[in-house]
Amino acid sequence: MTHARRKRPAKLRLDYELIESLVPEGAKVLDLGCGDGQLLADLIEFKGCEGRGIEIDEAAVLECVKRGLAVYHGDMIEGMECYREGHFDVVILSQTLQQTMDPPHVMREMLRVGRRAIISFPNFGHWGVRLKLLWTGRMPRSPALPHHWYNTPNVHLCTVKDFKEFCGREKLEIVEEIFLTARYRPITGLLANWRAGLAIFQLQRLPQQP
Amino acid sequence: MSIDDVVPISQGSRFGGPNSVGLVQTQFLTFAQPPGELELECGQKLGPITLAYETCGTLSPQRDNAVLILHALSGDAHVAGYHTPGDRKPGWWDLFIGPGKAIDTTKYFVVCANIIGGCKGSTGPSSVNPATGRPFGLGFPMVTISDMVRTQKVLMDRLDIPRWLSMTGGSMGGFQVLEWVVRYPDRVASAIPIATAARLSAQGIAFNEVGRQAIMADPNWRGGGYYEGDAPRAGLAIARMIGHITYLSDEQMHAKFGRRLRDRAGFGYDFKTEFEVESYLKYQGDSFVRRFDANSYLYITKSMDYFDLAAGRGSLVEVFEGVRAEFLVLSISSDWLFPTYQSKEIVKALKANGIPTTFLELQSPYGHDSFFLPNEQMSAMIAGFLENVQRRVREAAAAEGPEP
Repeated sequence: MTHARRKRPAKLRLDYELIESLVPEGAKVLDLGCGDGQLLADLIEFKGCEGRGIEIDEAAVLECVKRGLAVYHGDMIEGMECYREGHFDVVILSQTLQQTMDPPHVMREMLRVGRRAIISFPNFGHWGVRLKLLWTGRMPRSPALPHHWYNTPNVHLCTVKDFKEFCGREKLEIVEEIFLTARYRPITGLLANWRAGLAIFQLQRLPQQP
Repeated sequence: MSIDDVVPISQGSRFGGPNSVGLVQTQFLTFAQPPGELELECGQKLGPITLAYETCGTLSPQRDNAVLILHALSGDAHVAGYHTPGDRKPGWWDLFIGPGKAIDTTKYFVVCANIIGGCKGSTGPSSVNPATGRPFGLGFPMVTISDMVRTQKVLMDRLDIPRWLSMTGGSMGGFQVLEWVVRYPDRVASAIPIATAARLSAQGIAFNEVGRQAIMADPNWRGGGYYEGDAPRAGLAIARMIGHITYLSDEQMHAKFGRRLRDRAGFGYDFKTEFEVESYLKYQGDSFVRRFDANSYLYITKSMDYFDLAAGRGSLVEVFEGVRAEFLVLSISSDWLFPTYQSKEIVKALKANGIPTTFLELQSPYGHDSFFLPNEQMSAMIAGFLENVQRRVREAAAAEGPEP
């Protein structure tokens, strides 16, 4: 697609904007848990991407259809299995990894159907979280983690350190890492496991050793 | 109750109200005159062939807004609106077709034809065989889903429609949608198969066969040659009752009927109609025999049994190679005749080919027949999908169009 694109208006969510900046022009993109399709619609309109989504919520799928997106209503593992290897340039998982039942399986599938994966998640190692647990002795709650222990959808929370260690074990190369405060302000990687409220990683498989 | 009690009051100039397509007329197209008969998939020839069809809305000057509706087993060409001001009910999918409805007839030109093999104006077993001057009966050749689609293609060409903007149908209508996009990939811009499958399941064949056996066991059936005497009403009614059970759901039957008795305080300890659910099925069976031909029921159910989109075409993934339509695939959560997994098989094969596909499992307790019932989610999905398809089709046409 080469037709002229409208300039994108400023974003309400900086993490969306940063994820968008990691996606190359014209890429084939799969957005897992795409919600109402805002990110996908922007990627299609402003970066000329070809986009697909997977979303479990019926009402959100309707919003996607109204935007003209092609979306699969159902489980993300099931929604990915029909795609051939490397079908997508980029597979996005925005703030949903911690809600999946089997994160390793999801990540392996992402990097099977996509050449690269962009994953963002709330950092459970953030100093505020640590302090709350330490001082109050109760499960930490914050704007990024608003639920109680008994109703949280977040079944697999992790810290930046956990995630990086996991990538090493899975032989995944971290191509890019971006950190934001709990209030979505960008920060450097210095002491990220203490300071970051949200982390965004771009990953790819390490080339196989011959 | 007099007819006047149930006819909707005409509002403004349009009969049936502002959201109705109003009064419509059945039209007829006859083709395949001998010696140019159509060779059917079974190898036999059929001609002349008549298709009964109806249209609503207006074909755009660019001829790019036509939507084909494919009906299911017992449907007909009368998809929306009313034939006469005295009609008690509108067409079978009036809930979804009309000004401001899911398929908005102020934007789209809607076409619906009765299938061949049917009994609602198109050539079928109850039609007169020109060779004998008497109804075909079992002398009618076996027709398949692809035969139905090939005759609809003739209608499309006669209406001078270069490409369908979209087409939709539930159940067996969905079979036709799938056959269309595979058989004529350049002639379909988008498709909305609903509560359907790429092949009829063994369970589906089984229920069809019980229905056929009920008809053929009726002494009035007489090998299909009943047109000069009594029709096999009892057999056809039983077939319909069985069919109807498969279109509902356990949950809905429980909610609608429970174990309630009809017109009785206690059990009668006899075999009269006692439970409400019995009474309902009996009513469904009896009203069906007044409007449907038993031989058509045999032929159409057989065409469903034969349907397997991938047969002779490789795997389902290979079948969709070269398909250019974009898809909205809808299934129904409580549908056990065409369960969601069967829609997902279609979706997976489409996605494996990179075909833009949206899939949604509609949450509805009403079973297979949910797509005939009011459903805001379904209406909004179809409306949103069609709007975007039309926008893309027109953008693409503008981009490719000749320079002024």
